[in-house]
Amino acid sequence: MDANAKDSAGSGADAAAQVGLRWGVLMVQAQAGEAPSYRRLLMEVTPYLRAIARRYHRDPRDVEDSVQDVLLTLHTVRHTYDPARPFKPWLVTIARRRIADRLRTQWRTCARESQINESLYETFADQQANPSEELPEEGLLRSAIAQLPAAQRQALTLLKMEEMSLQEAAQASGQSVSSLKVATHRAIKSLRRLLAVNPDKP
Amino acid sequence: MKPTEELIDQLAESVVPVRRLRPPLLRAGLWLLGVLCVAGAVILAAGAMPRFGERTVVPGFDTEWAATVLTGMCAVLAAFELSLPDRSRNWLWLPLPTLLVWVGASGFGCYRSWLVVGADQSLQLGESARCFMFILAVSVPLAIALTIPLRRSRPLEPMPVLWCAGLGVAALSAAILQFFHPFNITVMDLAAHLAAIALVVLLVGTVGRRALWRPPGLVRETR
Repeated sequence: MDANAKDSAGSGADAAAQVGLRWGVLMVQAQAGEAPSYRRLLMEVTPYLRAIARRYHRDPRDVEDSVQDVLLTLHTVRHTYDPARPFKPWLVTIARRRIADRLRTQWRTCARESQINESLYETFADQQANPSEELPEEGLLRSAIAQLPAAQRQALTLLKMEEMSLQEAAQASGQSVSSLKVATHRAIKSLRRLLAVNPDKP
Repeated sequence: MKPTEELIDQLAESVVPVRRLRPPLLRAGLWLLGVLCVAGAVILAAGAMPRFGERTVVPGFDTEWAATVLTGMCAVLAAFELSLPDRSRNWLWLPLPTLLVWVGASGFGCYRSWLVVGADQSLQLGESARCFMFILAVSVPLAIALTIPLRRSRPLEPMPVLWCAGLGVAALSAAILQFFHPFNITVMDLAAHLAAIALVVLLVGTVGRRALWRPPGLVRETR
């Protein structure tokens, strides 16, 4: 049994060495500009790189990003491979360095940013500060605005809803700046009355 | 994010023949030969050889000078080796033994001159400022000349490469300085030499990082 186990371990190591040799040969052909050999090499090393990346990343998207980083780097440094030396250590070093670069970037990002739950669109922690489109008050507000006199409604729409400057609103409406100011002030006062909001409460 | 297979297709389509790098020992040797030729021509043209000959009779000088040159050569070789992805990081330690011999021999020289000329003269600034400037002025063109071949190696980890490159050019500059240094080393000289070397290593480390090469940017995540 022991002899068999040793044999199978030996043949496994042989097979790995064979793979390394084949990749080395393909790399030499790639250095000579042979596209089919290069494609075959990249296709063959990709699962190997994925296995390395999986040791460092939990998220499968990170694994794939890291594999692509390594492939791009391998492409730019392919002239540094020396056929007299084994291929796998060369590849593994490039892979480890690039994965380390990604991890370092991620740590830095984590230190500066915090994850936001994608289901929430709030800007502020206070729920009152984040009126969403579903709020029932919106319909009330729209009908209240509709009840305003035309000049007040126009001033409010241009200045508060379309967020124009006073000059832009004056040009767009043909009203003077001062009359726009007065109209807006009155419009807000009317809305307060219509919506019966207590002005003392924010 | 592009699917990996798509990326492989693109890379395979864009592949062109590349010129393989020669072994680092050969590259370092050729670079050092170039420096030897230029520095030799300048030294001969300046007529500095006889003065250097006079100094070799000073005890300990030959050890110190040989250690300086060897430190420079080892550091340059280490820089070329470390610039490649699959070389051992232990190359970083190659210049260390000769560096220790060099600093030790310089210290011994200082001690001797302290005994001979006394503490007052040893601690004078004198020519030390000139030595400092000389090492800096010679190191800059050497560092530029060394950055060019090192860029071609596209080191993925530039800092050890730059430390060795900085030490290499500083040591070679200090070795060239000995031809234009018509007096025995004093404590202030040693301090000036060490300060200049430290400054060169620091400068090469900071400026060279931008000049060397940057690996391709990380693949942009689509989250």
